[in-house]
Amino acid sequence: MKPDLKENIIATRGLKKSFVDGDKVTEVLKGIDLEIKRGEFVAIMGRSGAGKSTLLYQISLLDHSTSGQIYVDGVQVTGMHEDERVDFRLKELGYVFQDYALLPDLTAKENVALPLIMQGMEIPDAYAVAEQTLARVSLSHRINNLPSKLSGGEQQRVSIARAIAHKPKILFADEPTANLDTESSALILKIFLELNAEGQTIVMVTHEDEYGDATDRVIFLKDGQLSEER
Amino acid sequence: MAAKKKAHVWRVGFFLAYRQVKRASLWTTALIIAVMTLTFLNLVVVNGVLVGLIESSVEATRDRGTGDVVITTLQQKNQVERSQDIQNVLRSLPEVKSFSARYLGNGVLNADYRRLLRQDESANSVGVTIAGIDPLKENAISRMSEYVVEGSYLQPNDPDGILIGSNFLFKYTPIEVSGFQTLKDVEIGKKLKLTVGSSSKEVIVRGFVKSKVDSTDFRVFMIESEVRKMIGRSELNVNEISIKLASGATEQDALRLKQILLNNGFDVGARIQTYVEAQPKFLKDMSDTFGLLGNMIGSIGLAVASITIFIVIFVNAITRRKFIGILKGIGISPKAIEVSYIIQSIFYAVTGSLLGLLVLYGFLVPYIYANPIDFPFSDGYLYAPLSGTMIRVVLLITVTVIAGYIPARMIVKKNTLDAILGR
Repeated sequence: MKPDLKENIIATRGLKKSFVDGDKVTEVLKGIDLEIKRGEFVAIMGRSGAGKSTLLYQISLLDHSTSGQIYVDGVQVTGMHEDERVDFRLKELGYVFQDYALLPDLTAKENVALPLIMQGMEIPDAYAVAEQTLARVSLSHRINNLPSKLSGGEQQRVSIARAIAHKPKILFADEPTANLDTESSALILKIFLELNAEGQTIVMVTHEDEYGDATDRVIFLKDGQLSEER
Repeated sequence: MAAKKKAHVWRVGFFLAYRQVKRASLWTTALIIAVMTLTFLNLVVVNGVLVGLIESSVEATRDRGTGDVVITTLQQKNQVERSQDIQNVLRSLPEVKSFSARYLGNGVLNADYRRLLRQDESANSVGVTIAGIDPLKENAISRMSEYVVEGSYLQPNDPDGILIGSNFLFKYTPIEVSGFQTLKDVEIGKKLKLTVGSSSKEVIVRGFVKSKVDSTDFRVFMIESEVRKMIGRSELNVNEISIKLASGATEQDALRLKQILLNNGFDVGARIQTYVEAQPKFLKDMSDTFGLLGNMIGSIGLAVASITIFIVIFVNAITRRKFIGILKGIGISPKAIEVSYIIQSIFYAVTGSLLGLLVLYGFLVPYIYANPIDFPFSDGYLYAPLSGTMIRVVLLITVTVIAGYIPARMIVKKNTLDAILGR
């Protein structure tokens, strides 16, 4: 049955993902039907190897599924050409990675401004937006620092600033607190909750129950299938 | 819309490239630029020295031999007819700076004429071309006095004195092959016997001249009145007139003078040639051959440079594979990433070439011009005309851009997620 694409910003039908290694085929996602509503803050949880990151990569267009359909913001993205996917990611999606994934040659401000410049914004305007966004994650004093001069928590906040500066429809976060101490993790979660309160859809993979509990909904994965929701 | 997107691609490409170069290791950047500079110099200098070797010979022949225009005898004649008329016309032309009329004859110069030779002994003698000159006029044309390597230049009132071209002396041309003889044990002040036909004269060696121009080094010089006597020339017709125009004269200027002489009808009794026309064909062929050789060697340098840039960009892109993946992940166009590597390649090539140009025209060309490389048959200088050099700059940049683009494209094409996760 086709999902309701008005209400759901993300929907999948029969989503499968397999990895092939020689003759061995490993099916990581085994036909997932998933729906995430606009403005929802969803956590994807499960044991290691359950397929939670793989699911995130499929619905965030970072990877190609083996079969099934994926709808993002009303668009079926499964058949999209790579260039279209890049463009779609630039305009509609934001990413926060576990290891921050900042560009080492760019300062905090430049890292945040880069996607805006790619969208066509003039560099001074992009810098102004980057500074505002960095201020929002309490990093006004670190805007000209290279990533190597920032702590892990600060780098992750720069990463969040880069992900939200262009006001994406969906923010994806792959274990954003995995490498951080408790204090920094709490700060990241606080930022996510504030963003969600403003209507930002967030899909976060985490293995920490307390962060899962703070979200609107938790989807549990087990052996490549949805096992329960909470 | 497409043009706007293209502009964004270039802007982001420049944004990334500028910051990558700016924040790269200074030593790495300096090393790459040094490779590009040396490659550029290899491209220009090897070719320039090889061609310069011949060009300097051509230049020297013009400067010390033919002048800008040379008048010689026609094949079927043994003198330049209406020599006096020609010289009168030359004197009346303001563009003619100087000229030298030469009488030429063939003879034998004998260094062992005072003793009887044994039966198994060959004479220490050599067949020579004798040139009768006005020493002052000749010096104004060929600056021959500057090329006297031993002894002194001829004096106008010295009927017995001779200057011997270095190619007739074993001391300067130590070659002993059948058909080519040189004089041994000839010193300044020594008396030699000069024979022209049935006429003989005892002459005194005043000096040896070595100018690396055959028309000087393969001749023996005496004052003109003595040569006229020896070759039995009763008329004032000479065998050769070299004419020099004002300094900086071009081939066009030489052609204009030739046309004036043709208009006077002097070509009926003489052969009139510009310095380009008088240039021996083998020199032209050698120039082309050396140019080709230089280009071949330069091409190897170019290939080495392109491989170097390929490796540098490839290693750079491989080590940044994860970041290239992140760039694509956050929506940066693959084309913008490729452009950033192309711009970096252009930066290395342009900076290397600019430094190379500075070294070339700021140091090498003037230095080698002031201190020519001493080749046996010419004073080699660095022949590097700006037009040819700029073609090599463009070639180097083009090759570098291609060498930078290919590895960048290879890495950018990899799966985005695999790149991010380092798989």
